[in-house]
Amino acid sequence: MSIELKNVSKNFGGVAAVNNVTFSVKEGELMALLGPSGGGKTTVLRMIAGLEMPTAGDVFIRGRRVNDLSVQQRNIGFVFQNYALFKNMNVFKNIAFGLQIKKWKRADVRERIAELLNLFGLEGLDRRYPHQLSGGQRQRVAIARALASKPSVLLLDEPFGAVDARIRQELREWLVRLHHELNVTTIFVTHDQEEAMEVADRIVIFSRGVLEQVGTPREIYDQPANEFVARFIGVMNVLETEVRDGKARIGELEFPAHGQMDGQKLRIGFRPYAVQISSDLGLYQYQAVLRHTFFLGVLLRVELELPSGLTVRARMTKEEYSHQGLADGRRVSFQIRQCRVLAREEAALPAETDLSFQAPPLLGENI
Amino acid sequence: MTGIIKTSSAASVKQSRRGAEESPLAKWALIAVALAFSLVFLLLPLVNVMAQAFVKGWACYWSSLTQPDSRAAIRLTLIVAAISVPLNVLFGLAAAWAIAKFEFRGKSLLVTLIDLPFSVSPVVVGLMFIVLFGLQGFFGKWLGAHGIKIIFAVPGIVLATIFITFPFVARELIPVMQATGTEQEQAALTLGASGWQTFWHVTLPSVKWGLIYGIILCNARAMGEFGAVSVVSGHIIGRTETMPLRVEALYQGATGASTVAAFCRGELAGAPGLVYAGDQDFPRMETGERISGSRSRIVDR
Repeated sequence: MSIELKNVSKNFGGVAAVNNVTFSVKEGELMALLGPSGGGKTTVLRMIAGLEMPTAGDVFIRGRRVNDLSVQQRNIGFVFQNYALFKNMNVFKNIAFGLQIKKWKRADVRERIAELLNLFGLEGLDRRYPHQLSGGQRQRVAIARALASKPSVLLLDEPFGAVDARIRQELREWLVRLHHELNVTTIFVTHDQEEAMEVADRIVIFSRGVLEQVGTPREIYDQPANEFVARFIGVMNVLETEVRDGKARIGELEFPAHGQMDGQKLRIGFRPYAVQISSDLGLYQYQAVLRHTFFLGVLLRVELELPSGLTVRARMTKEEYSHQGLADGRRVSFQIRQCRVLAREEAALPAETDLSFQAPPLLGENI
Repeated sequence: MTGIIKTSSAASVKQSRRGAEESPLAKWALIAVALAFSLVFLLLPLVNVMAQAFVKGWACYWSSLTQPDSRAAIRLTLIVAAISVPLNVLFGLAAAWAIAKFEFRGKSLLVTLIDLPFSVSPVVVGLMFIVLFGLQGFFGKWLGAHGIKIIFAVPGIVLATIFITFPFVARELIPVMQATGTEQEQAALTLGASGWQTFWHVTLPSVKWGLIYGIILCNARAMGEFGAVSVVSGHIIGRTETMPLRVEALYQGATGASTVAAFCRGELAGAPGLVYAGDQDFPRMETGERISGSRSRIVDR
């Protein structure tokens, strides 16, 4: 285990920012700390770095308890959200700073920096000052600086937050490649679930200072531990239903509710991709009007309005959409292929239930 | 059809541009007023003093500066500045650091206190020290019994000067430090730097121009303070007379306009430095600061 947190808590002036968190990161792993703003993920990262001291619990780096070690003694590389490059130093001096502090020989410093500039595609920029660099270049300098003295762990706080959407995608792919190449244990903080799913080997999900789930992106998506995770990872339709005649009902929709008493309230959730739409009004069970279409690139999100006033969100590919001849205001029929009963908060969720088995091939599955 | 659309859109573009821009008349009127004002009220008197100083030639200018009493005044002024400026630099750095980088109780009180000397008349400042350390004052008896002289002596002048110049360095540094934030320092810590190394290599260089500007302002005021110093000095020629007091004495004694002017010129020696340091601040703010400042941070605790 490269990094281990055991029952770590942190209070700021009596307010619990992080509450009894336990998880571990394997050597060489790329781990995401994911959660909404104010979830405590940055505080966790800063406690690993030693920039914040835990109120309770222990932090281990490579098996050694580091609670009493200062930032300087922990041998970590930290990349700040805004990169925090030294404005009065050029790229070379920024990267050399930690090495000079650690009294590396001048020749070794030069060699190491040449190696890093090459690795990070920053050749020829060593005399530039931070304000003369693009956002992506600044981030690479910040990571090069953090990695210069070969730390045992690389910690990144919202690494893609400060660049625009176009470069963000490039940087994600670059970070994954870099991680493959260097294989240094890496933890990064993000509030963007897509980013975490795409980049990380495993994800830790926080909300309000509590650890909600740890797992691979696949595990978290397919088996969310609770309603919070289910709703945070991807979009989910959530409906408050009531059981009548053995089925969970709301408006015209009905879902299986095996063994539930009549009058019981159930929260039902289903992913937009589980909704199948056809312009053939007779094909599926339910009728609706297509209210809005949102273009997300290759995929579209549509909002269906049911006669009872309920709104259901669905996803489909552009091809599917035009093949069906859909448009805002069209009447459609739809069915829901899979759903799950949501337990509130920490209770584990039951597995997803298949509602229909006559599913025709679906484009854009699992999105 | 398309032609009509084109012309109408072109017209609307023209109009909106005119709306967003200042009219050139207003722009030039404002510049003219500001320039004329500073020429008449600031530059003209200064140029006049410079010219007067040399009316009777270099020799006269030099001799009026090298009289024994004048030399004593110059020496005393330099001593006072040499004590009060470094002390206020230390205090200013500490206060600006505390205010810009930490949250604590009484922060707004500290900010108010730093501004206090601006709001008190210098004469009143001098009187405050007399009431505190004078013969009839609060500590007067005790000081008298131990043979310590503060009022009508150099220590009183130094105290009054420190009080008056208290805000200059801190006031300059606080906004600069606030704009810089603490991330660069934290980054230095994660790279293994000690607190002192961080201060020396990261904090100080990033506030360099603000600090230099503050020191120049502080020094100019320390050398130029009249009111407070006048009250506590006692005007003992050759012993407690600083340069501004000497100028006043020479003027009252009607020694001749050019001698006074020569002294005034000496007093102004620090001014050109101001222009230089003031200029330096702007290119840096434009390039470096704007980039980081324009992004909003996501606070996550």
